[in-house]
Amino acid sequence: MDFEYTEEQRLLRESLDRLLGDSYPFDKRKAYLAAPEGYSPAMWTQYAELGLLGLPFAEEHGGFGGTAVDVMIVMEAFGRVLALEPYLATVVLAGAALKHAGSAAQNEAIVPQIADGSLRLAVAHGERQARYDLNDVVTTAKKTPGGWRLDGAKSVVVHGDTADKLIVSARVSGDRFDPAGVGLFLVDARASGVARRNYKMRDETAAADIALSDVEVLATDALGDPERGLAAMQRVTEAGIMATCAEAVGSMETMLAMTLEYMKTRVQFGKAIGENQALQHRATEMMMSLEQGRSLAMLAAIMVDDGDADQRMRDLSTAKVGVGQAARFVSQNAVQLHGGIGMTEEYAVGHYFRRCMVIEHSFGDTGYHLSKLAAQVG
Amino acid sequence: MDLRFSADEIAFRDELRAFIRDNLPADIRDKMRLGYGAEKEDTIRWQRILNKKNWAAYSWPKEWGGPGWTPVQRMMFLEENQMSNAPDMQVFNVTMIGPVLIQFGTDEQKKRFLPRAANVDDWWCQGFSEPGAGSDLAALKTAAKRVGDEYIVNGQKIWTSTAHMADWCFLLARTNPDAPKRQEGISFLLIDMKTPGITVRPIISIDGTHHLNEVFFDDVKVPVSMRVGPENKGWDVAKFLLGNERTGIARVGRSKERVKTAKEKAREVMQNGRPLIDDPEFRRRVAQFEVDIKALDITQLRVVSAHDKARDGKPDPLTSVLKIKGTELLQSTTEMVMDVGGPLSMPDWAQELAALSNEPELGPAWATETTRSYLMLRAASIYGGTNEIMKNIVSKAVLGL
Repeated sequence: MDFEYTEEQRLLRESLDRLLGDSYPFDKRKAYLAAPEGYSPAMWTQYAELGLLGLPFAEEHGGFGGTAVDVMIVMEAFGRVLALEPYLATVVLAGAALKHAGSAAQNEAIVPQIADGSLRLAVAHGERQARYDLNDVVTTAKKTPGGWRLDGAKSVVVHGDTADKLIVSARVSGDRFDPAGVGLFLVDARASGVARRNYKMRDETAAADIALSDVEVLATDALGDPERGLAAMQRVTEAGIMATCAEAVGSMETMLAMTLEYMKTRVQFGKAIGENQALQHRATEMMMSLEQGRSLAMLAAIMVDDGDADQRMRDLSTAKVGVGQAARFVSQNAVQLHGGIGMTEEYAVGHYFRRCMVIEHSFGDTGYHLSKLAAQVG
Repeated sequence: MDLRFSADEIAFRDELRAFIRDNLPADIRDKMRLGYGAEKEDTIRWQRILNKKNWAAYSWPKEWGGPGWTPVQRMMFLEENQMSNAPDMQVFNVTMIGPVLIQFGTDEQKKRFLPRAANVDDWWCQGFSEPGAGSDLAALKTAAKRVGDEYIVNGQKIWTSTAHMADWCFLLARTNPDAPKRQEGISFLLIDMKTPGITVRPIISIDGTHHLNEVFFDDVKVPVSMRVGPENKGWDVAKFLLGNERTGIARVGRSKERVKTAKEKAREVMQNGRPLIDDPEFRRRVAQFEVDIKALDITQLRVVSAHDKARDGKPDPLTSVLKIKGTELLQSTTEMVMDVGGPLSMPDWAQELAALSNEPELGPAWATETTRSYLMLRAASIYGGTNEIMKNIVSKAVLGL
């Protein structure tokens, strides 16, 4: 048992904090948001130079062979500054799909382009009717002489607006809820028949709804066995849970630090508001929630590549529930303890609040995962 | 970063588990599984079995009769012991006076008291709280006036757990009423409970048991050689005592055992013609506890693994998380077991049974005994510093408010 970072992980954390400390103060972030991409392409290049974009990929495919704990460190750092770049979409989610479904040839072709920052991906799985159910897929893939033809619609595809390629799930057989018969397909985002409706989510993360009509996909662009893509989607979801748990921990850290700073400086009734016991206790409870959440984010990082599927899924659901509840508590109270200023668009705390809100409603919310855990109580 | 235990640690845990399984007397285990508290004789019997292996004083160094375990080993020992329905170690002996004497005691005090404390040949109690000094401990008034080579102690202590069965009491008394700061005039004394002038009066608590006492001191003579640490420096000893034990305070093992029992009993208890365990609301409640316990489990591992690393004397914020969350979970998991019993948790039939031993049971013993335990455990967030006091401390010492 060991909760220490390795020397390399310490260096990774330090260099990230240095880079983001310089490049991601809140006012610069506003400028990145206003860019056409909704994030900073220059930062993306810097992440590539730092080796972050190839971090979790196997060395034989052109990555750096990093671990989930390395990704946790990156996502925590991103969470602390609300980084906008499509790291989750490209490296974590699409990366997990490539790792768990892609062939060696597909990985060898794509990973180097991810690592050098020239290729952005997004995973297009969710559908309007599906809520959080992974198996609820009605988008279809029909066999053609040269490969597959995709029809359907995908909703809330994170960073789907700027992605160069999409990993699209589609049903090749079975009925709407059948866990078998769902395939994953690599689709050029500019291919004929792909229509993107771009928008921002509530936290200003870019996303898109994507309509697919008669989209032709080469047989060589199916990732893995098209009858068994859902298992890989499960792993994609788990990777997303792990990464966003870490991101939420980073966001909670910043919210707590901002709140404590505010409590020490905001004077009412002739004294700092932090001298009030009711508020001191609330802040203590925020710290406790953050630390309990951090413990579960660590659990997620340590378990996400574990071979015991039942235990892994249980632990990832556990982390999702615990971190979701912690983040909700910390962010709601961060706004509350800031009072009026916490409600303003101009001030950062509300942005962290909204990021945590979006995270909680990604990859299955608290209630969804608690129900899954409850079903297994025995 | 790795959550898994090493092969050595797993082997160690297996050894603990096997020893407890093979050596915990069945009558004690069965009684505790029903939710009964350990009585004095149970605690002594089990602690002496462990002490034969030098395990009873689990946090002490080898030199003084402990096993010299690492923090991970201590945590494993407590967890295995709690999950096995075994009595806890005598807390005043093992986690309080023992470490205090090892840190501050004279050689003579160590030799005289430590082996007897480990083996519970002496049963210790703690004389800290007073009617006017609860959370505000430094307000204590009990006076120890020095006359020659004795202190003459006068005053009153309250909430003194197990004083009525104790052989010795460690006590805070004011030796300098004129000290500029209240904390600077206090000394830490060891008192033989058989000394003339001591009166113990029972306080019956809401669980119906006699655990707490008032203790009155009326011209009680205490040799100066029974003072621990320098005169007027007893506050430092008390602070050490209250802060020294970082592992085990969360009692995660006991909360885990309570959840396990709740599930077990919920398979027997019926609701709307079906086992309670099939009720989605109940399952959700269990699932939420399992999430919270997992988080606390890992938080505890983080504390334990950071234990040996220098912290520059700063308080570890996680220790307070363990105390507060640990007590909350122990209380609420016990509450859940009581709720599983439903109406049958409400009769106080143990007393009835003692009087009318031919009458049939009013309900299962685990239900009524869990209610007693639930009532008793309301104290868990009060003693050793209320959870609110803990939050005051954290907000100042950790958050800088």
